[in-house]
Amino acid sequence: MDYATLLQLLDTTIRLATPLLFACLAGLYSERAGIFDIGLEGKMLMAAMASASVAFLTGSVWMGVLAGIGASLILAGIHGLASITFRGNQLISGVALNFVASGITVLVAQRLFGQGGRTPPLEGDARFAPITLPFAEALRDVPILGPLYFEVISGHPFLVYLGFVTVPLTWWVLYRTRFGLRLRAVGENPAAVDTAGISVVGLRFAAVAITGVLCGLAGAYMATALQAGFGREMTAGRGYIALAALIFAKWRPVAALWACLLFGFFQALALRPDVVEGVLHFKVPVTFLDALPYVLTVLVLAGFVGKAIPPRAGGEPYVKER
Amino acid sequence: MAHSGYAIELKGISKAFGPVQANKDISVAVPKGTIHGIIGENGAGKSTLMSILYGFYRADSGEILINGTPTTIPDSQSAIRAGIGMVFQHFKLVQNFTVLENVILGAEEGAMLARSLSKARKVLGDLSREYELDVDPDAVIEDLSVGHQQRVEILKALYRQADILILDEPTGVLTPAEADHLFRILRGLRDQGKTVILITHKLREIMETTDNVSVMRRGTMVGTVKTAETSPEELAELMVGRKVLLEVEKAPPTVGRTVLSVENLSVTDEHGVIRLKGVSFDIKAGEILGIAGVAGNGQSELLEALGGIARATGRVTLNGADLPLSGAGADGRSRRAAGIAHVPEDRQHLGLIMDFAAWENVAFGYHNAPEYQKNALFMDNDALRADTARKMERFDVRPPIPTLPAKSFSGGNQQKIVVAREIERNPDLLLIGQPTRGVDIGAIEFIHKQIVALRDAGKAILLVSVELDEIRSLSDRIAVMFDGRIMGFRDPETTDERDLGLMMAGMTGKGEAA
Repeated sequence: MDYATLLQLLDTTIRLATPLLFACLAGLYSERAGIFDIGLEGKMLMAAMASASVAFLTGSVWMGVLAGIGASLILAGIHGLASITFRGNQLISGVALNFVASGITVLVAQRLFGQGGRTPPLEGDARFAPITLPFAEALRDVPILGPLYFEVISGHPFLVYLGFVTVPLTWWVLYRTRFGLRLRAVGENPAAVDTAGISVVGLRFAAVAITGVLCGLAGAYMATALQAGFGREMTAGRGYIALAALIFAKWRPVAALWACLLFGFFQALALRPDVVEGVLHFKVPVTFLDALPYVLTVLVLAGFVGKAIPPRAGGEPYVKER
Repeated sequence: MAHSGYAIELKGISKAFGPVQANKDISVAVPKGTIHGIIGENGAGKSTLMSILYGFYRADSGEILINGTPTTIPDSQSAIRAGIGMVFQHFKLVQNFTVLENVILGAEEGAMLARSLSKARKVLGDLSREYELDVDPDAVIEDLSVGHQQRVEILKALYRQADILILDEPTGVLTPAEADHLFRILRGLRDQGKTVILITHKLREIMETTDNVSVMRRGTMVGTVKTAETSPEELAELMVGRKVLLEVEKAPPTVGRTVLSVENLSVTDEHGVIRLKGVSFDIKAGEILGIAGVAGNGQSELLEALGGIARATGRVTLNGADLPLSGAGADGRSRRAAGIAHVPEDRQHLGLIMDFAAWENVAFGYHNAPEYQKNALFMDNDALRADTARKMERFDVRPPIPTLPAKSFSGGNQQKIVVAREIERNPDLLLIGQPTRGVDIGAIEFIHKQIVALRDAGKAILLVSVELDEIRSLSDRIAVMFDGRIMGFRDPETTDERDLGLMMAGMTGKGEAA
């Protein structure tokens, strides 16, 4: 494999890791606050459909992103209502919302556009254009680093950069701010938060809302940047892969970045069977490569990568005792 | 508002949960700068009253005055603002946070943490010097001992500038030395002008620590007395509403043949740590052998090995017959069949299923008993319920309703259900761990009587308890355990607390005497 191919592979890795990263960080806020969210997938799917539809109808990708966030927030609100206000089972609520999203997205897209549940292809301002970072062209001929900067780091749409900036931002929020301290506390021991005179419900809803916004960005990225429009089940289990990455990362933001890049890399490999063949000197069936990220997901979820301790109050509705 | 000498005055506080009147017209005044005990049996309404004071519940009626000013406390934040700090029985700490993080949680200075943390570090330093409350501010809570965790709770309250500190059953989880340290801290706080409210059901703590004591019974305030002018007997009578025997009445033992013989019994836990290191003893018919020791020195493993729950090595015979210690036959069912009954230390985890009804709990372990079977396929639930009702009556379980889930009973009544289930089977050997942990004083008396009655009926009893008083008053012979070994045997008549305490700390007291 030559250097140029490697750079292409890394470039693809970053593009494919971005939606995972948004979804993974989304899950991180929710689960750190003690609300398990298996419905990342559904929120992404809703956001993808809403953003593609609105972007097509208005011709503005920004309106699309807003619509995606809005759609995702609605599902997040329902999940919050079910699991925080009514203390329902968080897994069941998440699974139910995934089913709802799976059905309703196709239904709405079909009703709006009549194209078999897809949106029409997005063009021009209805889609994110790549951003060329400063000096990318100028530095292109610098050995090694120049092509790395031009091919891998530069030339991505805005949301990719936003996603990567969200990682240190999340770290900073979690470990350096009052909100982060309370968020981590409410996921570990809500009774401690409650007796300190802070609203458990308020904190958890705030966390779930952040999850909604980030899943919205994940879905909007899928439909308006990675691809040009919405298609049935286009998230293809990325919400679950993001959950696996979250567990792999042991609910830590920087580790989440590496986990998502790893999963993104496997997805990128699946797109380049020729590269895999070149390295291994035998032909690996494409279907096997396609399955790799999911196989890794299963391995992570089955606990083959070491013990991950989830937030202690995760999944349990808070009931004030005495 | 006129300056009154009272930190807290409650006037006519009432609170009902549905049909249950938890607090009935409670009035009490707590003078500033005193340690005020509130004592009462489980379910007397102490915790409800304190929850009202801390804003967890709102009283249906009545008035709260803090430092002479009428105050409403709709939530915990208001209670904190009014200068009230609460140390709960189950600590409200975030286990994987540092001490500092726990202290500032909810009392941060602004949206960024850095300033709060540095301020808290300084304040904690001052507080720990002033009150013997030394804790490493950077230690993670789960690495701290229970006693230190409790200090963090007190520091939390003081950091929020609490003038009134409420402690709910603070010594339930502490070793005697830790409890003594706690009381020194509380006296120090009082001497600095703080008001301390101590909720407990342990008479000795009240007598040793408090200035005044209020007694609650069944939701009402029975009275407030000066501690110096009362006695444990009077307080016990006020609590229960009748005379209570604080000492166990028992005749000298009539000892028969050896029932249980244990030789070189060892237990290794799942992490490969040897918990029980070659323990040997005998128990004769009509004898109570009490195992004293600080929790975690192998007593639990001893009970579990004998009860067939833990795998062990060594030799154990019951009435001369060998008991298997691992593999087939080393299980609870075989042990019961052999004539061993087991009241486990942790009744809520090993003794009962809290969501199951009392009658279902009474069946556990004995569900194959012929009298509970209707035919080859079905159990006779009616017979089982009737049997449970009989047992509940004989053991004075309140309320005597077999269909209530176990969790609806108070700790004492839960324990009576377990004890009834095991003792009523008339075992040759009773294993009983922490028989009165979390049990109120009236029920303690009752359970102690049952244990003594079983012994007088010629049965062998192995009693494990961390309450030294209980061991000393019940046992015919005392063995002290430390680090998985028996340090020695003592006669309760001739030993004293100091001698036992030394052995509990791993030092062999005055020469061996079996």
